[in-house]
Amino acid sequence: MFRKYFPVLAIFIVLALALTACGTTEQPPAGEPITVVETVIVTVEVPVEVPAEPVEAAPVAEDIFSRVLDRGKVVCGGRTDLAGFGMLDADGKNIGFDIDFCRAVAAAVFGDPDAVEVVPLTAADRGPALQTAEVDILSRNVTWTSSRDAQWGNFTNVMFYDGQGFMIRKDSGITSTDDFDGATVCVTSGTTTEQNLSDFFRQNEMEYEAVIFEETPAVYSAYEEERCDVTTSDKSQLASVRSGFADPEAHLILDITISKEPLTPAVPQGDDTWFDIVKLVSFALINAEELGVTQANVEEMKSSTNINVLRLLGEEGDWGYTDLGLTADALANAILAVGNYGEIYDRYMGPEGMSFTLPRGPNNLWSNGGLIYAPPVK
Amino acid sequence: MVNIAIEQDHIRPPQPPGFLKWMKENLFSSIFNTVLTILLIPLISYFLFAVSKWVFFAAEWRAVTQFPLLYAVGQYPRDQIWRVGIILSGLFLFLGISWGRWGGLLKSISFAAGFIMLVTALLPVQHPALDLSMRLYLGSNLLIILVGYLIGSKTAIKNIYIFVGWLLVPVCGIVLLAGFEASELIPNVSTTLWGGLLVTILLAAGGIFLSFPLGIALAFGRRSSLPVVSAFSTLFIEVIRGVPLVTILFMFSIILALFLPVESRIDRLVRALMAVTVFSAAYSAENIRGGLQAVPLGQIEASKALGMGNFKTTIFIVLPQALRAVLPAIVGQFISLFKDTTLVVIIGINDFLGIGRSIINSDPEFVQMRTEVYIFMAVVYWIFSYLMSLASRRMESAMGMSNNM
Repeated sequence: MFRKYFPVLAIFIVLALALTACGTTEQPPAGEPITVVETVIVTVEVPVEVPAEPVEAAPVAEDIFSRVLDRGKVVCGGRTDLAGFGMLDADGKNIGFDIDFCRAVAAAVFGDPDAVEVVPLTAADRGPALQTAEVDILSRNVTWTSSRDAQWGNFTNVMFYDGQGFMIRKDSGITSTDDFDGATVCVTSGTTTEQNLSDFFRQNEMEYEAVIFEETPAVYSAYEEERCDVTTSDKSQLASVRSGFADPEAHLILDITISKEPLTPAVPQGDDTWFDIVKLVSFALINAEELGVTQANVEEMKSSTNINVLRLLGEEGDWGYTDLGLTADALANAILAVGNYGEIYDRYMGPEGMSFTLPRGPNNLWSNGGLIYAPPVK
Repeated sequence: MVNIAIEQDHIRPPQPPGFLKWMKENLFSSIFNTVLTILLIPLISYFLFAVSKWVFFAAEWRAVTQFPLLYAVGQYPRDQIWRVGIILSGLFLFLGISWGRWGGLLKSISFAAGFIMLVTALLPVQHPALDLSMRLYLGSNLLIILVGYLIGSKTAIKNIYIFVGWLLVPVCGIVLLAGFEASELIPNVSTTLWGGLLVTILLAAGGIFLSFPLGIALAFGRRSSLPVVSAFSTLFIEVIRGVPLVTILFMFSIILALFLPVESRIDRLVRALMAVTVFSAAYSAENIRGGLQAVPLGQIEASKALGMGNFKTTIFIVLPQALRAVLPAIVGQFISLFKDTTLVVIIGINDFLGIGRSIINSDPEFVQMRTEVYIFMAVVYWIFSYLMSLASRRMESAMGMSNNM
């Protein structure tokens, strides 16, 4: 009878071993005595406070690129619940700005944009998923910060410059942040958004009353029901929510940006080739927009007279594909699969965008006064 | 005893009272009751009126009606969806067979299932998910249930085959859902694409079937005279019960992943299933232990006196009595397990609730319709929970009857 339960017992033993290992990684080098009690406290805290620290114990695969090639597909950490960036369509397909980037990478590596498996990750497990190389790319609306860079993996290239902003009703009498003193603000609890908000008001020596909610949708319905004067979130989020209101024109997103949120795809540490490939794909998408190469005209452009276009599409010279182990037309395939940077942006957030409309602003090309800039492909 | 029963038969009216009489007895039996009735009737009718007005006119059900397949199977590839259909039909076949064999609640469930299939197949609406082949498939399930009924009632198929069938359909079903890497016909479908009601039912059913034997083992383990076994079981139960399910889910999902090498990584869905199972097992173990303690010592001594060994005593004497005593508690535990599966959303598994949230957040327009979506999901969860408690009540009464005989 006990044989039947043996696998479960085995799992429990593995778990126990894992916890022991967790304890040992936290221990300082031998020689310095430390009480056992302290170790135990650490093991209990780790599962609750999620961004787990013991990276040393995690056996991250050294060679992610060859693993990707063996597997035949790119595993991409994404999400399914954020309009514009990672969402579901009626057929259950994962679409969005972040997802298209994964598809571009898959197209570059395999020539097939569908060679992607999107793993939905929550805010809590995105870090560990990257640390343990459970995903090959984390393209999930993640803000690049120094501590995440040090802890989670390598951030590639900023794909979207977001920042926290404010939305007000036009008839509320507020016209700028100068009128904010004494305002009630709707915000989600326990996020950096809430922290940025309090920092902002403290720095400007103003009073405010926070109306705090757990769930994002609740924040906006409270705002719509006029339970607060102002709501705050990342500007892309505000634009998205505003487009869902009965009368979007009655609401205004203020120009001020109070935080830097560079949303950046990241890869696990330990494989420079893979890091380079993912970075290069993002450079290619940006350069394609600069050079006027679109999803529709990739094939024509292969006989262009512009030397930079020919280099990008692998028709002339080596942009590095022999060193990286890719084909000459890898970047052309990526552009063919999802279009250039501007096309991806417009697909979801442009004037005719599928999700909402957000002016490009800082996400314009550097040549148009924005921040989107990429090293040349040659 | 016998006399009293006969007397009651004489006093009791031969047929149930008519509607008017029922009203008089139940609603207007005294002045107080009459006043209460007169006060409450307008209140209740207003409430019903307001609710139906909202449901039929004010509410926007687009976020619910537009994505039936998304709610049902999540991101499971639409060209492979026939696999889910085969499993559903297999379950219906055995439902029909069991109905033919045992009747009772199974008959009601068969009728309900058949009714739902028929109504969906004949819905007079244009819907992309409800094309002709889908309608034909849904309608054919009605036939499958009927064929099952005929097999169950007319043929002498052995009961054991029916039980094996009930076991085989889900097991083969999971293999079919997952597919094989090399297969052309049923290519591998990664579990990250499984979702919706499919995953909720998989997690709940898997959790129930795996945690039950584990719970029994732990209950016996805790009562064991072997110190190691007893200490281990007690520790296991107390540690798991002392920690919220969320923590256990995180532990299996994140901590386990941190320590296993990439090659031997356990699938995300399996990790969630393990967490749910372990959590439920600890609670079941304590329920079952309560039942074990309720079995009088005399029973065990009697079976020993009859020459039964330890194993036989446990399987044939102790366990059946213990489990019968705690059936309501165990079913209650399983219902809460079913609802607890919603917590897997926090580790990124798109179960029924997760799909609902994804739909709400996928389109700014749908954010406004989240009340409707949540109400729809609540009703679905309620239906499943209620079915479970209904089944447990029928089982209890069936067992009670066998006791009297």
